[in-house]
Amino acid sequence: MTLKAVSATGQLGTGFLEESLKTAASGAAFIGCDAGSTDPGPFYLGSGKAQASRDAAKRDTRVMLEAGLDQGIPVLIGSAGTAGAKPHLEWMLEIVRELARERHWHFKLASINTELDRQYLLDQFDAGRITPLDPAPDLTRDILIQAEHIVGMAGSEPFQKALDTGAQVVVSGRCSDVSIFAAIPLRRNIPRGTAWHAGKILECGAASVERRLHPDSLVAELDEEGFTVYPPNERMRCTPTSVVSHTLYENSDPYHLIEPGGALDTSECTYTAVGERAVRVTGSTFVPADRYTVRLEGAVLAGFRSVALGGIRDPLVLRQLDSYLGSLKEVVKKKVADSLALSPVEYEVTWRVYGKDASMGALEPTPVITGHEVGLLIDVLARTQSEASGICSIAWHTALHHPIPEYSGLISNLAFPFSPPGIDAGAAYRFCINHVLTLDDPCGPFAITVEDI
Amino acid sequence: MPQLWELAKLIRSKNAGPFELTFDILFSTAEDFERVKASDVLTAQRFADLYRVPVERVRFFAHEGALAFKISIPRPAFSGDPDDTDVFGGQFHSPLVQLEIQ
Repeated sequence: MTLKAVSATGQLGTGFLEESLKTAASGAAFIGCDAGSTDPGPFYLGSGKAQASRDAAKRDTRVMLEAGLDQGIPVLIGSAGTAGAKPHLEWMLEIVRELARERHWHFKLASINTELDRQYLLDQFDAGRITPLDPAPDLTRDILIQAEHIVGMAGSEPFQKALDTGAQVVVSGRCSDVSIFAAIPLRRNIPRGTAWHAGKILECGAASVERRLHPDSLVAELDEEGFTVYPPNERMRCTPTSVVSHTLYENSDPYHLIEPGGALDTSECTYTAVGERAVRVTGSTFVPADRYTVRLEGAVLAGFRSVALGGIRDPLVLRQLDSYLGSLKEVVKKKVADSLALSPVEYEVTWRVYGKDASMGALEPTPVITGHEVGLLIDVLARTQSEASGICSIAWHTALHHPIPEYSGLISNLAFPFSPPGIDAGAAYRFCINHVLTLDDPCGPFAITVEDI
Repeated sequence: MPQLWELAKLIRSKNAGPFELTFDILFSTAEDFERVKASDVLTAQRFADLYRVPVERVRFFAHEGALAFKISIPRPAFSGDPDDTDVFGGQFHSPLVQLEIQ
């Protein structure tokens, strides 16, 4: 028996050709799509907002639902709205409901909530069932209480439970990217190594092709012995090297991928070309873990940010930039204390010098200015937006006119491209958890809700 | 002496989650891969020095099947923290690009 699995694209909202997905969906067992990532940083989990625009997410969802309903197969969306907390899940569900209303579609919709209840988390923490990964920030009860949102990265079991209700469309909060694609193959008795490995390749859409022309769909055909992977778009192709290379992407270990119930081991895999565009993968194994654990993600408010960006072009300022910035920082500190009554422990100003070491910070091996200009980014983080804005204003205005010994009289050192030079950037967050939670029941804390549409 | 970029087909860094940074150096031919491997320019110690982490925190893999080196280290700052400089971790590979290979 062969099971055909389809990934619409690597991230919902980044697009794919409608034709690619429709070709792929023919004869498929399901269509899946990952919609989340921690890659763009803690803002999304902290704020409850999504990275993809609503219109772009709706377009991709519309094509997936159309193909799924046409074929009569399930459509699975995981890590809704980038971060998969409650507001993200609700945002995604509303897109699905709106599409159904507009197009008079009817189906059973299941949603999996993966945002965890605070009291539940505190109880688990007290019981020692939340343990750190490496490296991890220090976790305390206070942080568990203060975090804006905390999600558990669910495995494939909640998807299976949701499908057991008869749902055709399943939208999950935060979940393992791979679990979206492993859930149905595992239910149909595809061996675990094959199901998880194919899922790992599928979750990034067409990323595992030799030359990705644009984000697009990917197909895997799974059976008892292994799986065969190829792009439905004939203008792209998978090669053994492109597929094996993809197992490296965004993993810290190229052979082992940790999932909630164990680890995928690809160290003994064989990758063979099938025709011009497909690759056959065999030899994947799955090693069950002693404990079933789900990774936790949380974001806490770091403060409010205001920024100002200006160019420095004067060669005399450039040649003494370190001493210029050194004395400037002292003046800013004093002015902020005098004018706003704020002490340096109550805010943070980061002076980022593009053209010197801003990209790599302290790790920059050549922190010297070799060009004829630099960009100075003044980055202010404070307890309130109004404080951040006020400090930023003092900082850029002081920097603008800060003297150098070669000139007498008032000078203007910074070329600001904008008015106002300072921009309020809103709330900023930090990731505050890199821990796992041990579960007795893989579906335990994840509530499933079903609605008829 | 060629520089690493002249032998590799891809040199990249990227987040492996918000707390780790991973580097991939991929080659088109086994010959180039083996040449770099034999040069001993890419080693766990080299990464420890370049990225200022204890060598025991460097995970170093030479992946023959993928014709690739993969190296993972703890992130210098967690992704998006106030002291982070690169949210995606996409530019940390830069000091590797021009390494001279024997």
